[in-house]
Amino acid sequence: MKLIKFTKKGIYCIPGKFYLDPWYPVDYAIISHGHADHSRAGNKHYLCHNDSKAIIKHRLGQDIFIESLRYNEPRNINGVQVSFFPAGHVIGSAQIRLEYKGFVVVFSGDYKTQPDFISTPFEPVKCHEFITESTFGLPIYKWKEEAALQTQLQNWVLQNQQNNRTSVFLGYSLGKAQRIMKLIEGVDDIFVHTAIHNLNYAISGSGIELPETTLLNYDFKKADLQNKIVIMPPGLLGSRLLKKIPNASTAICSGWMHIRGNRRWKGVDAGFAVSDHADWDGLLEAVKATEAEKVYVTHGSQAVFSKYLNEIGIEAHELKTEFGDDELASEVEIKTEKA
Amino acid sequence: MKDFSNLISAIEITNKTNAKIDALVNYFRTAPDKDKLWLIALFTGKRPSRPVKSNLMKTWVMEITQLPEWLFLESYASVGDLGETIALLLPNPEYKIEKPLHIWIDELINLKQKTDEEKKIYVLEAWNGLEAQERLIFNKLIGGSFRIGVSKKTLVNSLAKLSGIDANQLMHSIIGNWTPNSISFDDLLNGEHINYDNSKPYPFCLAYSLEKDLEDLGKTNEWQVEYKWDGIRGQIIKRKEEVFIWSRGEELVTEQFPELVEAVGQLEGNFVIDGEILAIKDSAVLLFNDLQKRLNRKNVTKKLMEEVPVGLYIYDILEWNEVDLRTFSMEERRVKLEELFKQNTSDILKLSEVINFKNWDELDALRNIARSFNSEGLMLKKKDSIYHVGRKKGDWWKWKVDPLTIDAVMIYAQKGSGRRSSKYTDYTFAVKNEDKLVTVAKAYLGLTDVEITEISRWVNKNAIEKFGPVRTVKPELVFEIAFEGIAYSKRHKSGVALRFPRMKRWRKDKTVKDIDTIESVKALIDAN
Repeated sequence: MKLIKFTKKGIYCIPGKFYLDPWYPVDYAIISHGHADHSRAGNKHYLCHNDSKAIIKHRLGQDIFIESLRYNEPRNINGVQVSFFPAGHVIGSAQIRLEYKGFVVVFSGDYKTQPDFISTPFEPVKCHEFITESTFGLPIYKWKEEAALQTQLQNWVLQNQQNNRTSVFLGYSLGKAQRIMKLIEGVDDIFVHTAIHNLNYAISGSGIELPETTLLNYDFKKADLQNKIVIMPPGLLGSRLLKKIPNASTAICSGWMHIRGNRRWKGVDAGFAVSDHADWDGLLEAVKATEAEKVYVTHGSQAVFSKYLNEIGIEAHELKTEFGDDELASEVEIKTEKA
Repeated sequence: MKDFSNLISAIEITNKTNAKIDALVNYFRTAPDKDKLWLIALFTGKRPSRPVKSNLMKTWVMEITQLPEWLFLESYASVGDLGETIALLLPNPEYKIEKPLHIWIDELINLKQKTDEEKKIYVLEAWNGLEAQERLIFNKLIGGSFRIGVSKKTLVNSLAKLSGIDANQLMHSIIGNWTPNSISFDDLLNGEHINYDNSKPYPFCLAYSLEKDLEDLGKTNEWQVEYKWDGIRGQIIKRKEEVFIWSRGEELVTEQFPELVEAVGQLEGNFVIDGEILAIKDSAVLLFNDLQKRLNRKNVTKKLMEEVPVGLYIYDILEWNEVDLRTFSMEERRVKLEELFKQNTSDILKLSEVINFKNWDELDALRNIARSFNSEGLMLKKKDSIYHVGRKKGDWWKWKVDPLTIDAVMIYAQKGSGRRSSKYTDYTFAVKNEDKLVTVAKAYLGLTDVEITEISRWVNKNAIEKFGPVRTVKPELVFEIAFEGIAYSKRHKSGVALRFPRMKRWRKDKTVKDIDTIESVKALIDAN
């Protein structure tokens, strides 16, 4: 049965007449989560998870036509039953489940199988066909548990304080920033960049409780910041604002930081492998749990991951998409925030 | 090994030399003596020989992880470092081993004569007791380079900061004849095993690029003009029958050039001279690329010495028979230098030729032909100038030839190594050959980090084949390639060889239609 079709505008549901995370404007877009490469402007009608609604409106405009659902709350669109399941990627991120005449397709969006302290944990969904991401689809990627990351990040801040340094985390404003806030909550005062502050405001608006933070004003007093914690988007690495922060020690939080070459490339003082995407074992686990007959592999290591799936007896195909990797998403984000 | 592992993490993350030095000083303050000595040994090429072949390590990892070989290789291509790939692929450790660095090294030295089966038991047990970063260090102790940007100079500067001892003396000490088991840390630093009076160098006198019109330099007869050479600037010291060669980076490189040591050793008297170490074959100066094959080798083999023989072009004399000549004028020093070499002749030690010229215009013409014999241009030295300490404007000028350039399109991209291992940094370029493309150059220098990041992302999206370390890409990105020279070559498919090609500019304004043709490239040979 052909329920979906891969088109230039994005993944299209034929009977449902809607698109999943389209990269060009369409009439009806179902959105997995609020990151800029999945949730683009110009669509006539948006459908997303409840927790993503405020985020998407904040980013794309208050006047867009947007509806939202709870997890596992079905919606019938042209005979296709659409529902969302937790993807564990960022706040409000969802896998999109489509059911039509007993045939089920699940689009993972971006996902992470390990639970963190903030987003609803990933839930595997059985289906006939599974469209999975593969950002970190190589066996070298193996994440630490959240508690271990917490120790690592907190120790870094404490060590910086001993050396009279201000800890500056670079992580993109939706998802990573809130996760860092949770990981270092209670160590000291947290200052956040405007972009993060505004998103936090939108997120809190939908009833989610976030750690307490202070807006980093452009005319901040150096003494107020000394030895404290600052979180800003990665696009601000090398910016004047960052240079103004007294005795800054900088850290990037991203799955790419798992590799030495990447840590060293960025010219920061530390790199922590805090990823919002599944690691190798996470991807394999997720794919196997769906029991899908056919797997489509999108953005990341699609060639490697699909070849491996086929070798272990799971039919898999590569799919070219225009979803970005971590870093790209962050840069797109900065551009939209400046606009 | 935790401390050593933390030190490596601290050093590798930063590109600031001072931060590296501070991390090293901290380590030297707290580590046991034996560990410190081994650290110095590891970073100065005095490491023990490899006890376990890397292929065995690879086989064991594939056995443990049950991964197919292609996936192992794909992981390796993505990480760019075998020791790190292994460290990351292995499952999490089941227990914890904590041993100081020197114990690990002693064990690895003993491992060398064991059987493969015994080696396997030892290595697997170690892997299972170390965290990923320590595992990486362990793999590096077995073999492979740390590639963390600690030069001998950085090491020496940290030891100088720690001890207050003169950095050049420390350089001689750590290069000298010692092993971690033959000396104490304090004795090594104090140089108990060397005689620094013999090796002590002078600071180099350096030149600025010419920034004014020749006419403004004054009278032509006030200037001594020589060709500028692209080799290793060196200070060669002969005192009390001992010969030392210092590079401009204040590293002792004596052992890399045995033929120079021999030739200088045969000369009469004690002296300190300044010159350029060059690859010279059949009286012709070769390119820096050729010389590079001779640099930083642990062993300089006979074969290599025949393939790339080195010689010295001598510029200056700083000391002769215990007299410091640096306050003498250039003109007087040149007389002394010629005197020294009147008494001594050697095939591989040559005086740098002083160029005779009548007027400034003539000099410009001479500069333009410099390329044809692999000279970089001209050096202009004021005849009444002393040998300055460091760089001082006005007395010495370098006046380089302008590089040649072509526009070419990128056809292959490959990941770099070390800091660059995460990006596609090494590219192959082609020009048009009728309706086809032909490779003309490989280059990896000249772009900013931001440009490399952008290109890497583009390569990821536009790669034609997806496996292995080299990516064939759509011929779309056009670059201006600068190079120092060009010649016909039978070894190259295109029929031409470029000297020292690098990327001058990324021509975003140009497409593959605008690139050079092989004919227009060959035309440069005849024009030069």
